Amino acid sequence: MNNSSPSPQSASSGSDAALAHVVDIRVLLGVFAVLMVLTTITVSVSYFDFGALNLFVAISVATMKAALVALYFMHLRYDNLFYAFVLLVGVAFLGLFLSITMLDSVEYHPGVEAWQERTQ
Amino acid sequence: MTESHPSDEKPNDGGCKAPHVAHHFDSAQQQYDSAKLGMWIFLLTEVLFFSGLFCFYAVYRANNPQVFVDGHHFLNTPLGAFNTVVLIFSSLTMALAVRAAQLDRNRSVVCLLAVTILCGLTFMVVKGVEYKQKWDHHMVPGQTRIAHWFSDENTQSPPKKFQPDVQYVREHLEEAGHADLDDEELAQRIDNLRSYMGIYFALTGLHALHVIIGVGVLCVVLIMAIRGRFGSHRFTPVDMTGLYWHLVDLIWIYVFPLLYLIP
Amino acid sequence: MNKPLQSKSTTGSYLIDPPGLKSWLFTLDHKRIGLMFLVLVSMALALGAFFALLIRTELTLPGPTIVSEPSTYNRLFTLHGAVMIFLFVIPVIPATFGNFALPMMLGARDVAFPRLNLASLYFYVIGLVFFLLVLIFGGIDTGWTFYPPYSTSTVTPVILAVVGAFILGFSSIFTGINFLVTIHTMRPTGMGWFRMPLFLWGLYGTAVIQVLATPVLAITLLLLAAERLLGIGIFDPKMGGDPILFQHFFWFYSHPAVYIMILPAMGVISEVVSVFSRKHIFGYKFIAYSSLAIALLGFLVWGHHMFTSGQSQLVGMIFSALTFTVAIPSAIKVFNWLATMYKGSIGLAPPMCFALNFIFLFGIGGLTGLFLGSLATDIHVHDTSFVVAHFHYTMAGGVLMAFLAGLYYWWPKMTGRMYNLVWGQVSAWMILIGFNLTYFPQFIIGSRGMPRRYYDYTRLLEVNPEFTFYQIISTVGGFTLVGGLVLVAFILLRSLFVGAKAPDNPWGSGTLEWQCNSPAPHENTPAPDDVGDCYDYNDLEFDEQTKGYVMKQ
Repeated sequence: MNNSSPSPQSASSGSDAALAHVVDIRVLLGVFAVLMVLTTITVSVSYFDFGALNLFVAISVATMKAALVALYFMHLRYDNLFYAFVLLVGVAFLGLFLSITMLDSVEYHPGVEAWQERTQ
Repeated sequence: MTESHPSDEKPNDGGCKAPHVAHHFDSAQQQYDSAKLGMWIFLLTEVLFFSGLFCFYAVYRANNPQVFVDGHHFLNTPLGAFNTVVLIFSSLTMALAVRAAQLDRNRSVVCLLAVTILCGLTFMVVKGVEYKQKWDHHMVPGQTRIAHWFSDENTQSPPKKFQPDVQYVREHLEEAGHADLDDEELAQRIDNLRSYMGIYFALTGLHALHVIIGVGVLCVVLIMAIRGRFGSHRFTPVDMTGLYWHLVDLIWIYVFPLLYLIP
Repeated sequence: MNKPLQSKSTTGSYLIDPPGLKSWLFTLDHKRIGLMFLVLVSMALALGAFFALLIRTELTLPGPTIVSEPSTYNRLFTLHGAVMIFLFVIPVIPATFGNFALPMMLGARDVAFPRLNLASLYFYVIGLVFFLLVLIFGGIDTGWTFYPPYSTSTVTPVILAVVGAFILGFSSIFTGINFLVTIHTMRPTGMGWFRMPLFLWGLYGTAVIQVLATPVLAITLLLLAAERLLGIGIFDPKMGGDPILFQHFFWFYSHPAVYIMILPAMGVISEVVSVFSRKHIFGYKFIAYSSLAIALLGFLVWGHHMFTSGQSQLVGMIFSALTFTVAIPSAIKVFNWLATMYKGSIGLAPPMCFALNFIFLFGIGGLTGLFLGSLATDIHVHDTSFVVAHFHYTMAGGVLMAFLAGLYYWWPKMTGRMYNLVWGQVSAWMILIGFNLTYFPQFIIGSRGMPRRYYDYTRLLEVNPEFTFYQIISTVGGFTLVGGLVLVAFILLRSLFVGAKAPDNPWGSGTLEWQCNSPAPHENTPAPDDVGDCYDYNDLEFDEQTKGYVMKQ
């Protein structure tokens, strides 16, 4: 955990020790606007074919949107860094699970296809 | 991890705890931090819960890219995009509701939570419309089974078989650029579509289940808000429900392009 | 050493305060929840052991012995595996001793989420009920691993078992979340991460795996149920699915799950070895870090369960290489325990006897795991009773021994009664001998080709006529082992009626839970401001009057 993350006490509610940071309303509305722009982008680019880049573009835009939601709506930017660490651990293990399983599946799949052709 | 944690610094607990602090916590801050950490770890388990479906998706798409290109023509992109907007907007109102609770604006909390719930319900209605289309064209995996469970007919009679609507499939495959398929090719493609529809219903179904649970929890929180249970020092339920609701949004942000937006 | 507490708690024993059945059923007290878990997992152990005896009896002689149908035997080993794994070894130590001791070791009043803790208990009960329903409906025959396509086509009630395991997964996740949060936010001021008792490090590593791996099992089981009910085309090749994908999904949970089982067991052993050697634990930080290392490395080796199942060679080689890395942190722990005992003043009370059993048996189990982790040897011994012997040396020789060590260790604090120490030692010997008689012969016959999950080995006798001899020894051992468990139960239950009143600190432990009365009072005693080194025994001396340890004057 990182102690340099903003301490909860730095929140601006005047009274002693508010429990957590209060996000500025302009920030929330701004983030929403950006999210809408990104949604428009991702829908409109889906009508063009970039070949292998398609998936990359879709995932990149989605990740940008997800990051905005996590950082501002979910307060990660203002909270203890450990919460962000927890989320990233989840994403990392998803990546681990997905990558090794896919690696194996792509490796043995030609064998399965060859077998299917032989038996047909 | 380092040696200390913000909440490790115990305040003097000389019997002056606020009444809403449970007996086993020293301070409201410790209670809040515990709830928040617990919620984040729960969200972590949710991410890994969905990881199985994303893995399912990745493996099948890597091995059968054509099935996905064909399959997404069966989905209604405008409805999906509309639902994306609805869900992101509900995330905004949720974040605003948390903010309002932190600032002691109880009336705003009630309104914003109500809007969030309405958005969740809208999402479900649109989802229902999409599912209905699939159902009407017999594209739901195991539809024969499901129909049999819910049929009022005498269970002795052989169940009605639901085969995918060939005309419907042919139209959509033509849209995907496969004109003039002969019957054998068409049968093969219908067979291949089963896994795509399996992924579609598994991903969106599980997500929809989370939306329903979220709406249920939000209703409870709304009732608590109407009864004036929240304030600048006790908004944990709103905040935690908010985190959950944002996660549901977050997952949809990935599900939408992966299923609906394949050029 | 911990500073003596100024005042003992004034509340009565947690066993009677508050009184009444209702106060037990709706209790939020972690100690009561731990004790109720102890009762439930012991029942699961008895059920699993019963199936084990049936299996052993069947295998004693060639040909059908007590089971006339092979499919009945399939149900027996499936039920034995499923009950032991899902209902016993996964929850056993975290849910019983973890719940009982963790908050007290931290000097906290309770776990962070007591209601969630109670929910965890009730989810366990519901899961147990589902498994009992499976029994009533004739049992399942897929093996505890539910591999498709068999599990999507067999007529046995797979769905019930899958739902049961799914619900037990929630129980496990709730425990994990609770422990992680409690350790993070409720440690007392004076207890930094590296002042925690090592049992808590074991539980921390366990909880990390519980929250990271269990959700994947949950989705796997849901998808399996969906495949079986609706045919969504994921696992069943008839539907266009991929059965190897299921194995990836399943072992992504189930391999880390063996560390859910063994890590808390290692935590118990770390406590017991230090206390009964009257010596500071050797290499505290290494043991602590190795718990985390095992938790993380455990996620990188799942494919070693799939060497012969159609996994690609490339991935097989990667997993084989990674498998060996897990041996390192495990060995670090064993060496540190041995170094702790070196020149210690070892007292052979029953907990220590079982801890020694653990080190001996787990050593054998761990080393034979290396044979199975290397690709070429695994092809030879895969699906033989060598594998059965290996995982029983780690799971039963490891987790069961640690459970018994912990049971003997915390029993005085849980019940306020001392048991007969001599008979406790006898039970340790009986279990050690019975265990080795049961499983060591299985290494031998397994390496010579005795397959696992076969109910009859008549046709193997042409080449290996000695199999019958080893199988008979194994069965004799099995009955000795279960006899030892019955003896343990008898010793402990007898102590409830005739046992002497337990002193507050019978073993001279330095961790906080031993500073309160025995049995523990309803209200936990808060931690002192300066939590000292819990493995420093210099300030404790034996008091003849109370038969327990007290602070030196």
